[in-house]
Amino acid sequence: MDFLNAIVALANFVLVPGIAYGAQLALGALGVTLIYGILRFSNFAHGDTMAFGTMFVILITWGFQSVGISAGPLPTALLALPFGIALTGLVLLGTDRIVYRFYRRTRVKPVVFVMVSLGVMFIMNGLTRFIIGPGDQRFADGERFLISARDFKEMTGLKEGLAIKTTQGITVITAVVVVALLFWFLNRTRTGKSMRAFSDNEDLALLSGINPERVVMYTWLIVAALATIAGTLYGLDKSFKPFTYFQLLLPIFAAAIVGGLGSPLGAIAGGFLIAFAEVTVTYAWKKVANYVLPEALAPDGLAQLLSTDYKFAVSFSILIIVLLFKPTGLFKGQSV
Amino acid sequence: MKKLLLASTATAMMAGGAFADGHATEVKLGIILGFTGPIESLAVHMGNAAELAMKEVTESGLLLDGAKVTGIRGDSTCIDAAAATAVAERQITSDGVKGIVGSGCSGVTAAILNNVALANGTVMISPSATSPGLSHNNNEDEGLFFRTAPSDARQGVVMTEVLMEADVKEVALTYTNNDYGKGLADAFQAAYEEAGGSVTINAAHEDGKADYSAEVGALASAGGDLLVVAGYVDQGGSGIVRAALDTGAFDRFHFPDGMISTKLVENFGSEIDGSSGQHPSPSDELSALFTELAKGDIDEPTSPFAPETYDAAALIMLAMQAAGSSEPADYKSKVMDVANAPGEKISAGELAKGLQILKDGGDIDYVGATDVELIGPGEAAGNYRVVGYEGGAEVTAGRK
Repeated sequence: MDFLNAIVALANFVLVPGIAYGAQLALGALGVTLIYGILRFSNFAHGDTMAFGTMFVILITWGFQSVGISAGPLPTALLALPFGIALTGLVLLGTDRIVYRFYRRTRVKPVVFVMVSLGVMFIMNGLTRFIIGPGDQRFADGERFLISARDFKEMTGLKEGLAIKTTQGITVITAVVVVALLFWFLNRTRTGKSMRAFSDNEDLALLSGINPERVVMYTWLIVAALATIAGTLYGLDKSFKPFTYFQLLLPIFAAAIVGGLGSPLGAIAGGFLIAFAEVTVTYAWKKVANYVLPEALAPDGLAQLLSTDYKFAVSFSILIIVLLFKPTGLFKGQSV
Repeated sequence: MKKLLLASTATAMMAGGAFADGHATEVKLGIILGFTGPIESLAVHMGNAAELAMKEVTESGLLLDGAKVTGIRGDSTCIDAAAATAVAERQITSDGVKGIVGSGCSGVTAAILNNVALANGTVMISPSATSPGLSHNNNEDEGLFFRTAPSDARQGVVMTEVLMEADVKEVALTYTNNDYGKGLADAFQAAYEEAGGSVTINAAHEDGKADYSAEVGALASAGGDLLVVAGYVDQGGSGIVRAALDTGAFDRFHFPDGMISTKLVENFGSEIDGSSGQHPSPSDELSALFTELAKGDIDEPTSPFAPETYDAAALIMLAMQAAGSSEPADYKSKVMDVANAPGEKISAGELAKGLQILKDGGDIDYVGATDVELIGPGEAAGNYRVVGYEGGAEVTAGRK
């Protein structure tokens, strides 16, 4: 019984939040890694692209809610998501046309691209705040819980409760579907193959007749979809505030780099690694240990490695360790 | 020594000047509050309250033979110590204010006191700085600093009493990571442990995060009968409560003043039934009296710290009258005298009566809008309203 309680406590405070957070980071890191692989620069504007896309979704969700359209037990935001993706896609294509294309034509160094993306980041950041405001926005509706802690306790008779939020379930399912679709697209379709060819060797791809502008266009559209989905899931599960999306940039980049920049599989692995590292290192293990260990060994203190204030420091440390010892990341991406 | 001599000569000369002018002199007071920044919505009403007291005194024509009192507003920004210091410096040296009503937030108040008020010997009465760090028990403030808001050390004791009466012996504690949160959390932990309770964890949370599941995970693991949330309702405090309810980590809470708001009930409704809390608040009769008095001058007279600001301004002017001088060096020792017994009780709106009694050489005990009673190093003893949550509503559970 104690063992079951320990597992449930662990699941409630570590596994469930970790998996949901990991899936959100993985989707974000996929976007970063695609841009790095195909367009060959680190896109600092990614966090704010997520915020921008989520903002569209929120505005459309509000519109739906006001005319009475809802998805029943599911959040209305899921219905608004395709429209949000379309709008974000248009914005990214527009940005590419106005800003990035010029620098691509003049073949500037990647570091110049990074600075350009920094500028785009500030503009998007400002626009988001200007349009929707800097504060918290709530747009989640529908059923809140798949299973609530109280119901779980009543059902099982255990001392510990397990809560799974609807948004956490949706996050994981959506992430699986999106990743499956992305891999199918990259490996099975003509356009996907041409994108990978372009990523492997630009000159060779050009010689074999691949249209670079088409590849770039598809990349931005996929990135728009990934960013909007990641941002919306994060906002549904937690809350939407432009500044927190800007802060997400660090764990997302850490995930992409740890996995190996340019490697989609690495981005996913990196996302979960960073998420679980953040949650487990700052978790106080006292409760779980007290259930599992015999009385003599049970800790009096909190058995917490790092205070939760240092959550971001964990992503930083992992990032530094990986860059020092395995600069290409776990899945052999490009070195930074 | 030379400096002291110089200062006293200068003071004497200025005091002489004041007497010479006699009628129709002007006394300037600084009103330095956070008119922009995190408490800007409160500062509006606080500023109006200070000006209300000054208007009342000026109209009575009794202060120091008919002196006119003018308030000079300054923006402390609540968070930027450099900006607040600059404002105070300018008011004292260039505008020539004789006392400061302010400042609003603990951090900038300490900055103004240490950098400007002490150097210039100016009296400050803060209506809303509650950090225990501002209790100058060894006269570090040279008798210049007072406050009409109670120190959070006092709130820690009140909290302990409330929890002990409810037979809560073990709590988890989280605070917002700033002067207010840290000061309150430490004061509470000390008082609670002295009373025999135990704090299983005392952990900070950052405001403005989207996700508090890691913080709540640690709090839940530490355990306790309930969770004390020393945070802000518009910020991380509500995030912590949300995450704790969602994961089933805690279903009872205790809320200090930063969390007590209609917003809390709006956010959580009946989910927080059985929780408790407390915040500084004068008795119902006094708030009704002040509301009546402030009609037309202050939009929301019961807004937090507005009555305290009225009292802060009134105390400065009454002390001046008692000392027969508007010089801080003369009247600083009179602030405690007019605020406390013995003497005739003076409520808000009776400033003219108080001034007259002092003029005739009598003694007053200023009650004002918040039942002012200055204790220790010159801070309000504090009256708290204890609240409970039942059926999705906030109810008054007693007073302390």
